[in-house]
Amino acid sequence: MDFKLTKEQEALKEEFEDFFREEMKNAPSEYGHGGLEGVYATEEGFQFHKYMAKKLGEKGWLSRPWPKEYGGVEAPLMEQLIFNEVAGYHRAPGVDPFGIGMFAPTLLVGANEEQKKRLLPPLARGEAFYCQGWSEPDAGSDLASLTTTAVKDGDHYVINGQKSWTSGGHRADHMFLLARTDPDSTRSRGLSMFNLRMDYPGIEVSPILYMDNKYLYNDVFFSNVRVPEYDRIGAENEGWNLTRATMNFERSGAGVFAAAKRTLQEIIDYVKTTKRDGKFLSENPIVRQKIAKLFIDTEVGQALAYRTTWLQQQGGLIFAASAASESKVFGTEFSQRMANYATEIMGLYGQLEESQWAPMEGTMATLYQFCTGMNIYAGSNEIQRNLIAWVGLNLPRFK
Amino acid sequence: MNLDFTKDQDMIRKSVAEFIAKECPYEQVKELEESDAGYSSELWKKMAELGWMQIHFPEEYGGLGDPFMDLMIIIEEMGKAAFPSPFFSTVIQSGLTILEGGSEDQKKELLPKIGNGELIMALAQYEEEASYLPSGINMPAQLTADHYVLNGTKMFVTDANIADKLIVAAKTHDAGITLFLVDAKDPGITCTKMPTIGMDNTCEVIFKEVKVPKHDVIGVPGEGWEILEKISQKATVAKCAEMLGGCKVSIDMTSDYAKKRVQYGKPIGGFQAIQHYMANMQLAYDTSVNYFYKVVWMIDEGMDISQEVSTLKAQVNEAYKFITERGIQIHGGVGTTREFNIALFYRRAKSAEYVLGDTDHHYEKVAQSLGM
Repeated sequence: MDFKLTKEQEALKEEFEDFFREEMKNAPSEYGHGGLEGVYATEEGFQFHKYMAKKLGEKGWLSRPWPKEYGGVEAPLMEQLIFNEVAGYHRAPGVDPFGIGMFAPTLLVGANEEQKKRLLPPLARGEAFYCQGWSEPDAGSDLASLTTTAVKDGDHYVINGQKSWTSGGHRADHMFLLARTDPDSTRSRGLSMFNLRMDYPGIEVSPILYMDNKYLYNDVFFSNVRVPEYDRIGAENEGWNLTRATMNFERSGAGVFAAAKRTLQEIIDYVKTTKRDGKFLSENPIVRQKIAKLFIDTEVGQALAYRTTWLQQQGGLIFAASAASESKVFGTEFSQRMANYATEIMGLYGQLEESQWAPMEGTMATLYQFCTGMNIYAGSNEIQRNLIAWVGLNLPRFK
Repeated sequence: MNLDFTKDQDMIRKSVAEFIAKECPYEQVKELEESDAGYSSELWKKMAELGWMQIHFPEEYGGLGDPFMDLMIIIEEMGKAAFPSPFFSTVIQSGLTILEGGSEDQKKELLPKIGNGELIMALAQYEEEASYLPSGINMPAQLTADHYVLNGTKMFVTDANIADKLIVAAKTHDAGITLFLVDAKDPGITCTKMPTIGMDNTCEVIFKEVKVPKHDVIGVPGEGWEILEKISQKATVAKCAEMLGGCKVSIDMTSDYAKKRVQYGKPIGGFQAIQHYMANMQLAYDTSVNYFYKVVWMIDEGMDISQEVSTLKAQVNEAYKFITERGIQIHGGVGTTREFNIALFYRRAKSAEYVLGDTDHHYEKVAQSLGM
C-alpha cells in the first residue's frame, strides 16, 4: 500500500491550489460557504458560479476525466479526487453538480456521437448549466414509479407532468429529464432520458422555499412541452439503466472532508479565542471532546473517500457502488454532526444567521438547517443503507 | 498511490487464516479462556515455527525484517479468531520495547528468543490509580550498590501469569521513570489473575524486595516514559489491527446469521431494520479500517503518527463496541449466550478498549494535538 501522491500529482495539486486561492478572492459575500445555498440562493452567488465555471472551462478542468476526442485528458479518478479536495477546501463553485457531475458522465456512457459532439463542448466550456428532472411529488426514493410522460409525436416527444425538488431549476438553462415513454409500462421499464432547454414553451418553474426561506428547489410543471427526438439520450425505454450509471458518478465526492477540515480549523480558532465564564471555550472538556470527535470523522471519512475512489478506479463504477453509498451516508451525517456540535459549542450565538454578531459568519447556523436536506437528496441515506446491505453485504432483497 | 496489498501480503493473510481456522476454532478459544494459562503452549510453538513472532524484527536479531504492514496483517487475522495468545504482550509490547530501548546485548539475547517462541514476556506499567499518564507510575525502584530493589503493586498486567520475564516501569529516586527487565519467577513476585470481561490473562503483580541488577535497566535510567510512549504508538496500532479483525468477523458472522435466521417466513436479513443496522456496522468498519491502513503505511514510511494514533484508537474503540453490540442485537437471544461466538467479540471489544488508552484518553490527546 502506498498513500503517497506522485510528483505529477503533487504538481497538479499545487496548480489547482494556486488557481482556487487566487480566484476565490472574487467571491461575493452572498456566496457564503458555497454549496447549493451559495450557488442557487442569490443572483450574486449564481453569477460567481458562472464566472468560475467559465474560468475552469478555459483551464480545461471541467472535462479532465473525459476521453480526448471530447476535450478531456482522460484524467484518472484519483486526479479528480485531488481536484475535488482542493476545490472543496476552497469552497469553490464552478463545477455544475448536475451538468458536469451527472449529465456529462451519462452522455459519455449512453449518448450517440452527434449528441456527444453537440452537448459536451458547452459543458466543458462552463457555459451550459443543468438541473435534474428526476424526482416527482409521488416518486422520491421510489424513483421508478414516476409518471411524467413523453409521448412520441412525429419527430418530437410531448412532455406532460410535474418534476419536484429540482435544485437550481430557476437558474439552470437546461434539464436532463427522466420520463415515461411507454404509457403501458410500470416501474423502471419504459423510461427514457431527455436533454431539454428550460425556456421551452410549456415549462413552468415555481419555488419550493427551504426552511430558512432560501430559494434552492423548484417544482417544474410540463404542459405539452415539445422536445425534439434527437435530444432523447440512449434508446427509447432504456433510460433507467442510464440513471444507474449516473448515480454512481455522483456519490463519491471527497471534497466534503477537505472542506470540513477547513471549517473545523475555523471552529478551533473560534473556541481558542472566545471566553465564557472566565475561561476559553477550548478549555472546556466537553468542547474539546466534541472537536476531537469531529476531527476523527474528517480523518476516517477522508480515508473512506480515498478507498471509494480507488475502488472506482480499479474496478469500475458499478463495482464500487456500495463504497460510494457509504461515502454519501458518512459525509452527509458527518456534516450534520459538525453543524450540531458547532452550534452547541457557540451557545446562544449558535442560532445567529447573517449578523455582525454571528460566529463564523453564521455558516454553522446555515449548515444546521441545510444538513437535513443533505441526508435526503441524491438518494436518501435510507436508500443508501439499503444499497450497502444489498450490494455490499449481499443481504436478501425482498420484492 | 496504490491502495492494494501486495501478492505476498495476500498470501500471508491467507496462510494465517488457514492455520487458525484449522488449529484454533472458537470452541477451543473458549476452552482456553477458561484455563489457567489462557493460551496453548503447543499452538504458540507452531506459530513460532511459522515465523509470525520474528517477522518484523530486524535480521541481525534473528528476524525477517518485513514491514510493519505484514505484521499487522497477521494480527488482523489473529483478531478474527479471537486467538488467545501472549503475542501482543510478548512480541509487540515487550519485543518492540527491547528493540527501541534495549542495549545491544539485550537485543541479541532476547529478540531471537521471542522470535522463536522460547520467551514469553509482559509489560507492567499501570498501578492502582489506573492512569495512562506518566503520573500514574509511582512504584519505587531503590538503588543500592549494584542493583535496584522494586517494591509495590502493578495492575492490569497482561500475561504476567505465563511470562518468563517482565518489563517493569518504576521510578528511581533521582532519574524518574525507568524500565527494568525482571525475572518473572523471582520469589519476591506474586501474580494473581483478575477476572475480566475479556476472560484474558489480566493480572495483579505484587513486587516484594525484588532485586534487579543494574545492567537489566532498559535504556538509561529516566528514559522509561519516552520509550513507553514511542512503543505505545506502534503497539496501539497493533491492538487496532486485532480489534479490526474482530470487527470484520463480527460483521461477517452476523450477516451470515441474518441470512439464515427465518422469522415471518423470511430471512431476517431482508428486513430493513436489520439491513440498516448492518449498513451502519459496515460503515463503522470501513471508515476505521481504511484509516488504519493509512496509519500503518505512515509507520512503514517513518512518519510521525502521534496525532493519527489517538485518532485511530478512539475511532476503533467505538467502532468495535458498536459493531459487536449491534451484532448481538441482530442475533437476538442466542447472541447473548456462551455458545454463540458474537458475544466473544463483544467481550473482547471491552477489554481492547482499555489497552493503551480508552476513548476519552485519546479524545483528549487529539484535542491537544489540534493546539487546544
